[in-house]
Formats: sequence, structure tokens, C-alpha cells
Amino acid sequence: MNERRIRELLGELPPPPAAWVRAAQELPRARREIARLAARAQADADVRESLLADAASALRDAGLEPAPRTVAALHARLWA
Amino acid sequence: MSGSPSDAELIAGCRAEDDAAWTLLVERYARYVHAILARAYRLAPRVAEDAFQDVFARVHEQLPKLRDDAAFRPWLAQLTRRVAIDALRASTCDRTDDGELIEYLDIAADDAIAELEEALTVRAAIENLPEQCADVLDRCFAREESYATIGAALGIPPGTIANRISRCLARVRRNLESRAAASAPSGWR
Repeated sequence: MNERRIRELLGELPPPPAAWVRAAQELPRARREIARLAARAQADADVRESLLADAASALRDAGLEPAPRTVAALHARLWA
Repeated sequence: MSGSPSDAELIAGCRAEDDAAWTLLVERYARYVHAILARAYRLAPRVAEDAFQDVFARVHEQLPKLRDDAAFRPWLAQLTRRVAIDALRASTCDRTDDGELIEYLDIAADDAIAELEEALTVRAAIENLPEQCADVLDRCFAREESYATIGAALGIPPGTIANRISRCLARVRRNLESRAAASAPSGWR
């Protein structure tokens, strides 16, 4: 493989936006936190109401970025 | 985990709920998944972003069921292709010509993905170089940064960058040649 081809191939794999990568890397923790919050909501109706009213704050308090996908995942668990 | 763990080691870590292993696995394959979505299937950035998260969500769910850890990369490519096609179908309007376009893109993706496989081999070779070498090549050719930007980021005079790139490219070429020689049947050497 010559150096021109190496340069071309290096150009085939630019990095995706850093925020995309971070969100994907956070996935296991996000799933655990959502499961924890859902369990608390199931045990306490007030917690459930408060989470439904402001899921974003609860996620932020849990150290997660309240991206629309994460908020939707929490809502889905609360309504399940 | 020390050194550069294999895919199988990372997968074993992910199954044991080791977040560091998951972080490394995403880091290792983020460019590959992104390139399949954005280059091979030409998804628009907003669609590609959702598809990218969807791919890794499915990987996380399905990894415990993966039967052959050594086959992770082809499995990931196949999974990403399915997500890309679903995203294309969801973003078109059931017209016949849209269906034909998706079919065309899927066939053309075979060649694009074969090229990406080769690109991954080159990336693996640059990751074995000293960090300064890997960094300068990545910034120049993958991130397409100017010499001025690279010089400022790495604290080196822009006038020396062309030389450094040339030396680093020669090292990558030698690295690839020695890998090829090591993997070729003995009669070919």
C-alpha cells in the first residue's frame, strides 16, 4: 500500500461529533439510572408524579444529560 | 484493563457490566459506524445521529446474545446496515423510486464498506505508532485540520508538520508491510 492510498484511507474514517460518542458511551449508566428512577416511581406515586412533571431535572440530578432520547426512555418506563 | 484489549476482551467486559470496556468499545467503533451511516448510506446528519444512537443501543442489548465474539465487526456492520435501511425507509414516502434508491444504496454500500474495512486496518496501524505520530496523521487526514491548527494544538511549528507527516506515513507503510508479511503464507515471502 503506498502513502497516497494510506492518506485516502485515513480520510475515510473522520470522527463523528464528540457529543454522539459521549451519548453512546453513557448508555449503560443511563439505562441503570432510568431503571433506578422507574423502581422508585413504582414504589412511590409522588415520585412518579414529580418525574413525569420534570424528567429532565431528575436525569440531570442523576448525572445524565437529559437528551430527548433519554427523557423519552424514562417516560416510556414510567408509563409501562 | 491495560494495553490495547482485543474486541473479545472488551465484549467480555461489557457482559460483566464494566462501563470502561463499553466506553472503549464505542470509541473503537464510533468512526466505523458513523462512516457506514453517513458515507455508505448517505444519511443526513440528523437522521445519522439517531441511527448512530440506535446502533449502539442495539449493540448494548444484543451483545449478551452474540455467539462468536471474533465475529463482532461483521455483526456490527450488518446491524448498522439494517439500522441505516430502516432509517432511509422511515425518511422516504413509500414511492417506488425511493425503494429503488434504497436498493441501489444498499448494493453500493458493499463497496463502501469493503473500503472502510481497509481503512480500519490502517487506523489499527496508526494506533500502534507513538501518540504524536498518530495524532498528527489523524488531524491532517481524518479531521482535515490545517497545518496552522495542528501546529497550535500540538505546540509544534507549522513549518515542521509536512516533514513529520511524511516520516509518520513512512512508518505506517512499514508497519502495514510487516503485518502483511507476518500474515502471508510462508511460500509468499
